[in-house]
Amino acid sequence: MKKLIGTIIIGLSLIGGNATAADKLNVVCSAEQPWCDLMAKGFEKQTGIDVSMVRKSTGESLAQIRAEAANPKIDIWWGGTGDPHLIAASEDLTQASGIDTSDLLGWAVNMSTISEGKTVGIYAGALGVAYNRELLAEKGLKAPSCWKDLADVSYAKEIQVANPNSSGTAYTELATFVQLFGEDEAMSLLAEIGKNVNQYTKSGSAPSKAAARGETTISIGFMHDMVTLASSGFPLEIVAPCEGTGYEVGAVSIIKGAKNLEAAKKWVEYSLNADVQSRSVEVESYQVPSNSKATVAPESPDLASIKLIDYDFATYGSTETRERLLKRWDRDVKNVAKN
Amino acid sequence: MNKTATLWVAIGFLGLLFLPWYSVDTGFWSFQWALALNNLENASAILQSVLYGRGWFSPPIILMVTTAGILCLRTNQDNKAKQLIVIGALGLGYVIAHSFLSLESELLPSNGAVGAGAFVTSFAFLFLLTTGLAHMRQVGSDAFITGLIGTIIVLVATFVFFPISHVLIRAFEYPDGSLGIVRFLSRILSGDVWGISCFTGGDHCGPAINSLILAVATGIGTTALGLSFALIATRTQFRAKKTLRILTVLPIITPPFVIGLSLILLFGRAGVVTDWLNILFEIEKSRWLYGFTGVYLSQLLSFTPIAFLVLIGVVEGVSPSMEEASLTMRANRWQTFSNVSLPLMKPGLANAFLLGFIESLADFGNPLVLGGDFNVLSTEIYFAIVGAVADTSRAAVLGIALLTLTVAAFLIQRRWLGNKSYTSVTGKGDSGQHSGLNPALKWACYLTSIPWAIFTLIIYGMIVYGSFVSLWGYDNSFTLKHYQQAFGIDFRDGMFLSGSAWDSFLTTIKIASLAAPLTALVGLLTAYLLVRQNFKGKSVFEFGTMLSFAIPGTVVGISYILAFNVPPIELTGTGLILIIAFMFRNMPVGVRGGIAALSQLDKSLDEASLMLGATSFTTLRRVITPLMGPAILAALIYSFVRAITSVSAVIFLVSAEHNMATSFIVGRVENGEFGIAIAYSVVLILTMLAAITFLQMLVGRRKLRRENRVSDSNRIYSREIEQPIKGTAL
Repeated sequence: MKKLIGTIIIGLSLIGGNATAADKLNVVCSAEQPWCDLMAKGFEKQTGIDVSMVRKSTGESLAQIRAEAANPKIDIWWGGTGDPHLIAASEDLTQASGIDTSDLLGWAVNMSTISEGKTVGIYAGALGVAYNRELLAEKGLKAPSCWKDLADVSYAKEIQVANPNSSGTAYTELATFVQLFGEDEAMSLLAEIGKNVNQYTKSGSAPSKAAARGETTISIGFMHDMVTLASSGFPLEIVAPCEGTGYEVGAVSIIKGAKNLEAAKKWVEYSLNADVQSRSVEVESYQVPSNSKATVAPESPDLASIKLIDYDFATYGSTETRERLLKRWDRDVKNVAKN
Repeated sequence: MNKTATLWVAIGFLGLLFLPWYSVDTGFWSFQWALALNNLENASAILQSVLYGRGWFSPPIILMVTTAGILCLRTNQDNKAKQLIVIGALGLGYVIAHSFLSLESELLPSNGAVGAGAFVTSFAFLFLLTTGLAHMRQVGSDAFITGLIGTIIVLVATFVFFPISHVLIRAFEYPDGSLGIVRFLSRILSGDVWGISCFTGGDHCGPAINSLILAVATGIGTTALGLSFALIATRTQFRAKKTLRILTVLPIITPPFVIGLSLILLFGRAGVVTDWLNILFEIEKSRWLYGFTGVYLSQLLSFTPIAFLVLIGVVEGVSPSMEEASLTMRANRWQTFSNVSLPLMKPGLANAFLLGFIESLADFGNPLVLGGDFNVLSTEIYFAIVGAVADTSRAAVLGIALLTLTVAAFLIQRRWLGNKSYTSVTGKGDSGQHSGLNPALKWACYLTSIPWAIFTLIIYGMIVYGSFVSLWGYDNSFTLKHYQQAFGIDFRDGMFLSGSAWDSFLTTIKIASLAAPLTALVGLLTAYLLVRQNFKGKSVFEFGTMLSFAIPGTVVGISYILAFNVPPIELTGTGLILIIAFMFRNMPVGVRGGIAALSQLDKSLDEASLMLGATSFTTLRRVITPLMGPAILAALIYSFVRAITSVSAVIFLVSAEHNMATSFIVGRVENGEFGIAIAYSVVLILTMLAAITFLQMLVGRRKLRRENRVSDSNRIYSREIEQPIKGTAL
């Protein structure tokens, strides 16, 4: 017993004593782990600032930043879909970085403009369709090339997509449909497609993983995730829908009340640097970088050849539009599809 | 009383005079504060008051001096006790009120988060209070018991009620931030939560109904399987008992998502078994796994071991004398089992069911991977907090729905057990043997457990296999790259842990090995209080200790941030918050297991010890603890393992310095890097197996009787019992 207590005390002392270094930065990273590691190591090397980084999904990061608002422990939120970054900006959880955005592409500057400089775009990823070519051949189906093809009866119970109530990816899809076809037509098209959907998953990246393993034939999701799966060897083919498609913008924000503001600003600067952005391919991240001077990986979906819609982040990122569309989706798509 | 009180006054003075009142930046255990005690940051209460003119530190000092004075006087003991009660309550109340008020007020400026001084002083006041109460025979029998009750109440209040109230209050919130009951009632009673349309031909039920059905099914299933394993392990001569035991423990030490993933690889539409069935019997490949069936299967796999761990101690503990008595009175073995042994196992069965039920309700990983469109409360709550539409208020409403289910199960369980006695380990001579099972029952146990064990084996085979192939489920070429990536060691210049998983792995092991003994300690002490002591408000106390277990991890995580991110208690970003979260989240298992084991120990054992002049503490240490071996082991193992494998609560609490294995694994799974996630899981499983073996050796087996024997055949009894029968017939 005494030994036990002794061990506990020694252990607690190991945990309790963490000395504070002079220059440090606390980062929460919502991109893929290897990319997060690459960024943190590169930044430490270049600036000498000690980076403490933890990876959490976008939703979890936002929930934590909200909960910690009274006494923030995080300085920088890097990576992850733009919508939650915009929500954080509108809830006044983040602060303007005052960074120069002149080298950045239009969609990245756009993020900064909508949020009054509180968040900046660092990469973009287009929405697309993927299919498992082995399964498709086995079932003798033809490959889809447009959004409307997905409503074809031959795909009955072969499509998997996330539920927009839980997944940002699926919400981007919903908003893309509304922007492409108008609200009413979008809902009826989604309801038609819904008849072919075998499962509305909770997580946005789950459908493509299921397609990769042959659990479903077709998936809807972000193309760069699909590229990662395909390049690791799964039989996935990626389709950029002919009607055009929406996209997400990954973003970086400085948390309001950040304790290491100067270091945080340096991080934003670093993450927008062309050379730094060009390195993402080293860790198999195939998003399109926001700096116009950064090199784009050959495997990345070529945004120039994809018909990208003029995605209206201001309207479709707002809480009112979001709640209205989701309510309608529940009523007109989710509940109709089953019958 | 005087001795105890004097001790606590001394400790109180230590807290007031020498320890820094507020938390220090460099960390308490670095002891750097000791070098500059007169700094405002490091100053103790008395220095704050003298050097910095902070007069609001005088009341606790004055109270402590007064207590010292009272103890020196030779007055009536009863009066002294009353004074101690008043002083203890005043002092504790003042310190707590001061910690909260000083944050807002200009009059009482403070440094923020409280530290060692405040902590020690509060406990000194608390124990003065309980010492007084003990003397007055108000609560519990002696100072040790009352002190224990007081400590656990304070801990549970601070680390369960205080944080959780932060979230639950949101259930009553209107969108504009005001509070009210109307919206809450309409939301919690709505069809979105309790819809039962799936019974009447509709497409889906509300998440609460789904959760309820799943939890009842899981509770029954795991209890039945657990009992069957426990019976095989204790009442049969089954040869591979040891293997069986290890197998039953495997699922519990498996990181989340892994069981779900391997089930997909076996039974999913592209799964191995599905493929075979398709080729051999032309059964069409379908997606039957996704939904209730899949979640139920994975929960059975995951939670049967918990039932087993609770039941094994209880099944072992049933006194052979009673069984022998039954057999002697010509009951056959089935009658003996169903009328004697089984009823004596009721506390075990009820507790095993309750744990399975609650685990199933709070389970998050399995429904997430296999749930399909089958919505349960835990995933709904998670996505209400982190989903595309974050709605903490809805999460809180659903959380309350979940709590309601737990409370109901808890109350039903208590009614069912009633006030009967289940004692069968007494101090009396008890030299019998456990009766074997009757053949039908034995085969029933074999036929359920062995296929189940094989199934478990296959699942684990798949997992190990998956960690050695390049692309699990697709490209099956052998590789070691996943292990290299995660646990690589670089020997070029000295030893360098270059693998990406090392950091989180070492932190996880450290935190889990600290949390486990603390959890077991608190849990078993609580069980002791609940079973052996009588005090006012015991059932509320009991429920309070179960609360944190019943609340989904996500809610616990968020509530810990809300409560402990700001002074007076600032813990976020430390390893301590993880330890505390684990302690209070997993404590109920220790409590349940402890209750089940203790209700079998005859109270006359305690009484004998007390009558011979031992204190409660000595009795607990020398008499009860040695008889509680299996319960201690179960609590230790379970809390260690849970600290390693739990996900939902820690996601919000991990920080860069204290990252946990599961959050690393989840990140990799999210990113589609299954190989490294599974390789990591295999390493964790092996680590936990090693730890369990070590703990088993450390705790040792309890010796209830000369040896654990089972009569394997009818040899002994049949001759004695059946011959007279023949005799009469002739």
